[in-house]
Amino acid sequence: MTALTTFVNALPGNISQGLIWGVLAIGVFITYKILDFPDLTVDGSLGTGGAVAVMLITNGVPVPIALIAAFISGCLAGLITGLLNALLGIPGILAGILTQLALYSVNLDIMGQSNRPVSVDKYPLLVSQRYVMTQGNELIIVILEVLKIIVIVGILIAALYWFFGTEYGFTIRATGCNSNMARAQGINTKKSTVIALVLSNGLVGLSGGLLAQYQGFADVNMGRGAIVIGLAAVIIGEVLGSVIFRKRFNFVAMLSFTAIGAIIYFIVLQIVMLLGLPSANNKLFSAVVVVIFLAVPYLRNAAKTSYGRAAKNAAARSIVKGDSEDA
Amino acid sequence: MLELIDVKKTFNVGTINEKKALNGVSIKLDEGDFVTIIGGNGAGKSTTLNAIAGVWPIDSGSIIINGKNVAGLPEHKRAAFIGRVFQDPMTGTAATMEIQENLALAKRRGNTRGLGWGIKRSEREEYHELLKTLDLGLEDRMTSKVGLLSGGQRQALTLLMATLKKPDILLLDEHTAALDPKTAAKVLELSDKIIEENHLTAMMVTHNMSAAIKHGNRLIMMNGGRIIYDVKGEEKKKLTVDMLLEKFEEASGTMLNNDRMLLSKHNDI
Repeated sequence: MTALTTFVNALPGNISQGLIWGVLAIGVFITYKILDFPDLTVDGSLGTGGAVAVMLITNGVPVPIALIAAFISGCLAGLITGLLNALLGIPGILAGILTQLALYSVNLDIMGQSNRPVSVDKYPLLVSQRYVMTQGNELIIVILEVLKIIVIVGILIAALYWFFGTEYGFTIRATGCNSNMARAQGINTKKSTVIALVLSNGLVGLSGGLLAQYQGFADVNMGRGAIVIGLAAVIIGEVLGSVIFRKRFNFVAMLSFTAIGAIIYFIVLQIVMLLGLPSANNKLFSAVVVVIFLAVPYLRNAAKTSYGRAAKNAAARSIVKGDSEDA
Repeated sequence: MLELIDVKKTFNVGTINEKKALNGVSIKLDEGDFVTIIGGNGAGKSTTLNAIAGVWPIDSGSIIINGKNVAGLPEHKRAAFIGRVFQDPMTGTAATMEIQENLALAKRRGNTRGLGWGIKRSEREEYHELLKTLDLGLEDRMTSKVGLLSGGQRQALTLLMATLKKPDILLLDEHTAALDPKTAAKVLELSDKIIEENHLTAMMVTHNMSAAIKHGNRLIMMNGGRIIYDVKGEEKKKLTVDMLLEKFEEASGTMLNNDRMLLSKHNDI
């Protein structure tokens, strides 16, 4: 089989996986972009969502209810980080790290062991790798399965669009943009910070619940480096969206492109792996992607005005001056 | 309207940087008073406004707004009674939000915010008319992000936001200091107009002595965390910059140490 057919066959899987991680990325978008809070809880809350969903489903709870529970478990994780920050004054980044670390133990407790399978043969899973494999499935089924995930993500985006257009959504946006202004306008910035963290991690928990079904298991390590993948999706989406939409890059487009950013991330990862990157190196890959996307705008800006350029200009001027003195 | 009774605040207690910022400030404002505040560096001018706004809790004393002691209320709760404009034009507005969204946030100052729309269709009309009164062309840019506006435009917008919902007290903290002289004059003029039209009670910190004399009906001078001079009405109207400098030396026993203030001595804005 050629690399190209491998790539095409993997495409539905990459898109589905990208969309599921896109839900996480939208959660990261809320904290990183809207709230301006570097929340690292994500690495723990993804696993919590996965663990809760798998334990409930394998115990006979209907899948939709298990997913709601995964969402709520993520919300609780975000609540802890928010309270550590708002009530105990622990800096945001550290609050997230502490919760994330504690969640490792919590996730182990939930599952009772480090890995729990959830078989697609036994349970009516909402999403699964099996459904989107091109071998053994009719093409139309695969397309419908991918569409299903697109619809799920679309509904989430619509709900968030509504929420951030409400009075309450406004308070979160104002808090993230300028907390002094927000307080002067009567907004309890601590409260809105906590609410945003709850919502964000709820989405991450939901993403974990979907991801566990998709891959057929929950694992205590499934969230390791999740924040970096989320950031990669947010940043790829932002760069791409602002190139396409320019000034008309509005809120809905931003959320949509965050999900699209996640899809692109997984497609590029697939290509790089086909080109020979060992799968063990995928974390290295995600770190490098984020570095590149963060560094390029910075370096481009730095190139416009730099000490090096200033020195060159100064030297050029003194040469011109020297010449005129000679004459 | 507003009354401060023996308000005290010390920063960095027990450290080498301990600073008695407010040393028993008492003042009573009548309804419709427009007080200008001048004083040297570290006199407690901005600190007084921050104490009223509740940026941090005071150590002792009372802050009474409309008969209610608000000393125990946090900043966001006190915002229900207070409109504020800051020295830095960046502080008063949310840069990544639209002009109309900023106004909508201000419109709901003091209200409980729920899941209703953050901005309603009917509000847009109202904001359009209001922005027209600024005469800056902002009414045609209502969906522009505030970050695209100049400092002067942002201050004018902040002023509008601070008074959109009539505040019991308006606090202006050197709100023209970061603007060029021409824009500063325009924003001051606008402040005057808004205060007069809405019969607001206001306090304005300024480093410009002629502005302090020209604007408002009452002037207070601060030094060392205390009010050292308080003048109003006809007597205030007769003040000159030189008289103020004299008063300062007389009341404080030192020369005025506010460089910006001295530099702007003959600046007539």
